[in-house]
Formats: sequence, structure tokens, C-alpha cells
Amino acid sequence: MSLLTVQQLGKSYNNQNKVLQNVNFEVDAGEFISIIGPSGAGKSTLLRCINRMVDIDEGAVIFDGADVGTLNKKELRKLRTDIGMVFQHYNLVPRLSVIENVLHGRFGYKTTLQGVMGRFTEEEKERAFFLLEKLGIVEHAYKRCDQLSGGQQQRVGIARALIQEPKIVLCDEPIASLDPNASKIIMDHLKSITMELGITCIVNLHQVEVARDYSDRIIGLRQGQVVFDDVSHRLTLERTDVIYGTKTKPVPVVRELATV
Amino acid sequence: MNENRIRYKKNQQMIIVVLLLALVTYLSSVLTDFNILHGLATLPEAFIWIFSNLVVTEESLERMPTILDKLVETILMSIAATTTATILSLFLGVMGSKSVGTSKLLGILARFIASLSRNIPVVAWALILLLSFGQNSLTGYLALFVGSVGFLTRAFIEVIDESSQSAVEALQATGATYIQIIMKAVIPECLPQIISWILFMIETNIRNATLVGILTGTGIGYTFDLYYKTLNYHGVALVTVSIVVAVILIELLSNHVRKVIL
Ligand SMILES: Nc1ncnc2c1ncn2[C@@H]1O[C@H](COP(=O)(O)OP(=O)(O)OP(=O)(O)O)[C@@H](O)[C@H]1O
Ligand SMILES: [Mg+2]
Repeated sequence: MSLLTVQQLGKSYNNQNKVLQNVNFEVDAGEFISIIGPSGAGKSTLLRCINRMVDIDEGAVIFDGADVGTLNKKELRKLRTDIGMVFQHYNLVPRLSVIENVLHGRFGYKTTLQGVMGRFTEEEKERAFFLLEKLGIVEHAYKRCDQLSGGQQQRVGIARALIQEPKIVLCDEPIASLDPNASKIIMDHLKSITMELGITCIVNLHQVEVARDYSDRIIGLRQGQVVFDDVSHRLTLERTDVIYGTKTKPVPVVRELATV
Repeated sequence: MNENRIRYKKNQQMIIVVLLLALVTYLSSVLTDFNILHGLATLPEAFIWIFSNLVVTEESLERMPTILDKLVETILMSIAATTTATILSLFLGVMGSKSVGTSKLLGILARFIASLSRNIPVVAWALILLLSFGQNSLTGYLALFVGSVGFLTRAFIEVIDESSQSAVEALQATGATYIQIIMKAVIPECLPQIISWILFMIETNIRNATLVGILTGTGIGYTFDLYYKTLNYHGVALVTVSIVVAVILIELLSNHVRKVIL
């Protein structure tokens, strides 16, 4: 059985125009998937339907056997511990230290009191340092997050998602605010760590080249509908045009895909 | 060319504003029978009186221990009123904020409480509370407390709403509980401004406490009132000077704290 099934998913924020309609796809455990599409296509909305950060209007999202749309508050909390999320703007608490921000990823497993008192086990702390080490920012563990560069902050964001020990990580444009160099570091880390830990990964991206370089499979979204869903190398120029509604002249030269 | 015209226009507006102000001043003094010129004429005389009577003499310095005692009492009460008000205001602030509030109804309730306690002056609160609690320090404390709750709640709502909500979203996505999010993301993020407002409130309350003390018969306000009514103007002078010094010291101290935390 697949890890995630999205069935006939429909969503509208104001009952007028549909942001998503008839979205269907399945994700197997261990896949690395990119979602691409023009601005406003509904990529962020789609990701947020998976962990129900926004409510699902039509259809269903089945994650790990659970119908996400019907969960009660407690079950939803449990579900969210299994789903890590990485954001374009990192969404850290800037005034707190790196290690504190990473440990925030454990709140879903704790009682309110344990969380508020900041009671973390030795294991959890070790795990946090292990992840920071892996992401190459362990020397900044006690620095305040607002003293780090964007790329470093995003790595803190990734560590926070990974310490949840999630089954899947949802990344909403994780490199949109970063320079090419930092972007490459982030994508490399995402790819290698999720592969190593066997975590499924869905990444919203603006850069088609990056999507093609890193992901096994690409889902193309246009005006809330899936217009492409296939292994990455099948994403031809014409199909990219369909997704973005652009027209590229048939150029004979093979476009050199600069890795970011 | 264009710039000149703008400047000319600005000058014109300025003249109109000044004329209007003069007119309003004239009308209101006519309406209230207040003679500005007469008021101004008595100024020198008043100052002469102040400087000849309101002086700290050696004799009045003997009262210093009592005054200091009362001053400390007043300062401590102001701090107590502020800190306890802070706790309630934090709750109301979270409830009343648009970004992290839980329900519309609670939000309206919180903002209503805030505006009710803020829009009635502290002195009026003191008078109202005097009726039910009588002349004691509890009344003074409550008056300051109520006033502080109104002010702080309003300030905290703004601080919380202006702070970035992105970490809140991230913590929601990890499965954190509401209280965890408030305590571990919202409050830490807003802490410098929160502390800054608390310090401001303590300063304000020390100033207000004198006035409230005159009404409720407690603290330094009572001492002031006592000397004033017994025509001990040297004592009044000493009390005034000590209050001013205390307020300035507290202000310096809180400015220093602000610099460190911001
Ligand atoms: N909270 C919201 N309330 C109302 N409308 C919203 C909300 N969030 C998104 N929308 C609308 O839904 C549509 C899809 O938005 P979404 O953010 O999912 O697109 P996106 O593909 O992520 O775009 P981008 O690439 O710019 O991030 C947009 O038209 C947007 O205006
Ligand atoms: Mg988006």
C-alpha cells in the first residue's frame, strides 16, 4: 500500500474559485517528488492539505492508512508528528538558539507541560546534535538563529523537521529565498538525508531544472489541476510549457541545465 | 519651480493652523472666563512663592527616614501592581490578539475589558474603589492594577499581532499544542517588547501611585498630603524632590535594562 493517497482532492478558500480540483496521485514510501507549477497554481495549498494545515473541502487525503480529513484534534496532532514541514522563510523563532529551535520538533510527542518546561530526554538532545552535525551546523548549536545565514537557518528548519522522525517531509519552496550556492547545499542535504533515513519527501519548487536534477518524479500543477505526473526525465520542454502556459520555440540545441 | 509652490503651500497651511489655534485658545478662554494675561501676570509671583517656601531645609531632612520608608513602600506597591497585572494581561493579550486568539467571543471580551479599564483614569478608579474597599493600601493597589491591566493588555495585543506568525505555523505543523506554541514561540518572540512595556508601566505606576496615595491615604502620597495639609511646605518640598529623584533613577535603570535586552 502506498504511504500517501490523494483522491479527488478539491479546495477553495472562498467558495468561488477552486484552488485545487480533482487532484489524484499516490506516493510510495521513499519517493522524492517535486511539485512544480506557476505562482498561484496551488502548490502550497496542496502541501498544506496533506497535514491539514488547511481544511480539505472535497475528496480525501489518506496518509499511512488514516483519512486525514476526518481526524479529531488528538489524532491530527499524532498525524502531524509523522509529517515534517520545511518552509521558504524557515519559520524559526529567531531569538531562540539553534538547538532550542531544533528541539521544537519534539513538541508533538510531549504533554503540554513537558513541552512548556522544556523537558527533553538525553536521547532527544543527542539526536538533535547528531542531525546538526549531519547538516554541518553543529558549531552554531548555541547561537541565536537570527545570527545565521539563510542557508544555515534553512538547515535548522530541516533538522527541526527531521527530529520529528517523520515518515514524510513536506518542503514548501525550501530554496526560494537562497542563493544558488546555498540552494545546492540545501537540496543535497535534503536528498541525501531523506534517502539515508528512508524518509519520503515532497518538495515544492520554482526551478524546473532543480526538480529534474533531484527528484525521482515530478508532479506538474496548473490552475489547481495535475497536468503532469511522471518520472523526472519524461518532463520535456513541451510538457513544461503546458504546466507553465508558456511557449518556447523549438530550439535544436539541448538546453544546458545548470545545476544550481 | 514645483518645489517652490509646494513650499508656499506648506507655509500657507502653517499660517492657517496657527490662526486657528489662536482662535480656539481665545474662544475657550472667553468661554471659561479664564484670563490668560492675568494668569501669566501671576506667574512670577507664584514662582517667587515656590522658591521661598518650597525649599528643603535641614530641619525637614530629619524626616527623610519616614519619607524613604513610604517611598519604598510606594515603589514596591507599584511594582507589585504591575507584575500581577502583567500576568492577567498576558492572558488577555493572547485572547484578544487576532493572530493567535482562539475565539472571536473571547477576543471581544478581552478587548472590552482592556478598553474599559484603560479609558477610565486611574484616579477615577481609585475613587470608585474607595467606596467599596475604604481607605487602605489594597484600594491603591487595585486602582493601579486595574489601570495597568487595561494598558498592558492593549500593548500586548499589538505586540503579539505585529510579531511574525511564521514560527506559529511551523510549530502547528509539528503537532505542538496551543499552549506550547504560545509559551515557546509567541512569548519568546515578543519578550523584549513585553519587558519594555512592563518597565514603562512600572514608571507610570510610580508616578500615578503618588496621586492615588493622596486619595487612598497610603504610601508617599499620604505623606505628601499630610505635610501639605499641615502647611509643612519644607516637608512637601522634600517629598517632591524624593519622588522626582526616585522616578528619574527608575527611568535610568529601566532604560539600561531596555538597552541590554533589545
Ligand atoms: N489563506 C488563503 N486565503 C485565501 N486565498 C488563498 C489563501 N492561500 C492561498 N490562496 C489562494 O489560493 C491560490 C493558490 O495559492 P497557493 O499559495 O497554493 O499557490 P502556490 O502554487 O503555492 O503559489 P506560489 O508559487 O506563489 O507560492 C492563490 O490564488 C491564492 O491567492
Ligand atoms: Mg506557495
